[in-house]
Amino acid sequence: MTARLVYRRMRVLRVGLALALVFGSTLVLAQGGGDKRRSGYQDMGPALQKMQDDDTANPAMLFVQLGQQGWARPSGAANKACADCHGVAAASMKGVAARYPAIPKGADAPVDLEGRINLCRTENQQAAKLPPESRELLALTAFVALQSRGQPIAPPDDPRLGVFREQGAAIYRLRQGQLNLSCALCHDDNAGKKLAGVTIPEAHPTAYPIYRLEWQALGSLKRRLRNCLVGIRAEPYAADAPEYVMLELFFMDRARGMALEAPGVRP
Amino acid sequence: MANVLVNAPKTARRGQAVEIKALILHPMETGFRPGADGRILPRNIIELFTATWNGVEVFRIELSPAIAVNPFVSFFAVATESGTIGLRWSGDEGFLVEEQVAIAVE
Ligand code: HEC
Ligand code: HEC
Repeated sequence: MTARLVYRRMRVLRVGLALALVFGSTLVLAQGGGDKRRSGYQDMGPALQKMQDDDTANPAMLFVQLGQQGWARPSGAANKACADCHGVAAASMKGVAARYPAIPKGADAPVDLEGRINLCRTENQQAAKLPPESRELLALTAFVALQSRGQPIAPPDDPRLGVFREQGAAIYRLRQGQLNLSCALCHDDNAGKKLAGVTIPEAHPTAYPIYRLEWQALGSLKRRLRNCLVGIRAEPYAADAPEYVMLELFFMDRARGMALEAPGVRP
Repeated sequence: MANVLVNAPKTARRGQAVEIKALILHPMETGFRPGADGRILPRNIIELFTATWNGVEVFRIELSPAIAVNPFVSFFAVATESGTIGLRWSGDEGFLVEEQVAIAVE
């Protein structure tokens, strides 16, 4: 006998709108007690929070799957996979995303997580660098970052980072662009208020890489920073400019102790 | 390799309406947008999504160029017998992805 089945409802919507069906509790990524800092997550509506929390509805998880495949795939002249050296990512990569950018052994300037992965590409796999914002690099980054989900952001106590972080802080406070605005003017002085209907977040790097509905794609923190630079009509730094890593260092320090929620969803 | 995320219950009571949700990686290129060189990018969308329960079709939708990248589909079906839910996406450029999930009905 065949199954008699009735379908009741159907929905195919922009992923961003698909959340009418979603309700219920949301994950609270609080840092406890008197800490008033708010992740961008807390400024999103319950529908988007639910989308981020559900690993089968969060589109970033599609890229995590790709990253997991990339992790196991031998590559480059060394014909080595990430897994050949690092084993099970859940163990070896736990907490790693929470402490980047950092200065790699033998180097004197910091790299972010993408930069660290590309170092392993060139030095350990003897393969070409993955281009910035390429699907392969974002997917690997998302897969590595996922292993630190829920971990508190914990920048390394490396005194050499100080000078870079201070330069990041200086950029953050610098008025620039045709609109002559500083990042701080929005993200410190006016966070929580509305800008053309959008809540201005405190700009914490807790969720990166993110699936941004506006992009319809996964994107890095760098891309998000570039967006805000373009927003104030400043000339964005070149894709591989050190300024981005400086800003990232500053943001990670400012968010010290907040829980990583990567890979997140943002409007 | 298929890049799909499926959320369906592993067990259900007989007669219960179960929700099945599926997310797939797909560019859903509309066929109306110019590319970097100014020429129209060829259309590349999923045209059809179907779901079967033990081989019997229980759900079908035709997708259009207005559907966003990485489409998310959610539907309900009434559980009548244990078996396999088959999901199938097909479209332009020979796109074809099939996924199966098992469900036990008590
Ligand atoms: C041939 C071995 C090898 C391969 C292949 C390799 N790595 Fe590494 N990786 C290393 C070593 C060794 C280090 C640590 C360097 C150090 O001590 O600072 C490292 C460090 C890292 C770190 C930073 C870890 C930390 O605790 O700071 C990340 C992230 C990383 N690798 C990711 C990757 C990814 C992703 C791939 C695949 C694209 C990969 N690695 C491939 C050997 C390898
Ligand atoms: C005019 C106000 C304004 C200025 C100035 C501004 N931003 Fe933003 N920024 C926003 C808004 C609004 C969003 C959220 C956008 C959205 O969700 O659509 C945002 C988002 C962000 C985020 C993402 C936060 C998250 O939760 O993921 C970061 C990081 C960020 N900005 C950094 C910067 C930096 C760096 C600068 C200076 C170069 C800057 N912003 C300048 C308004 C501003």
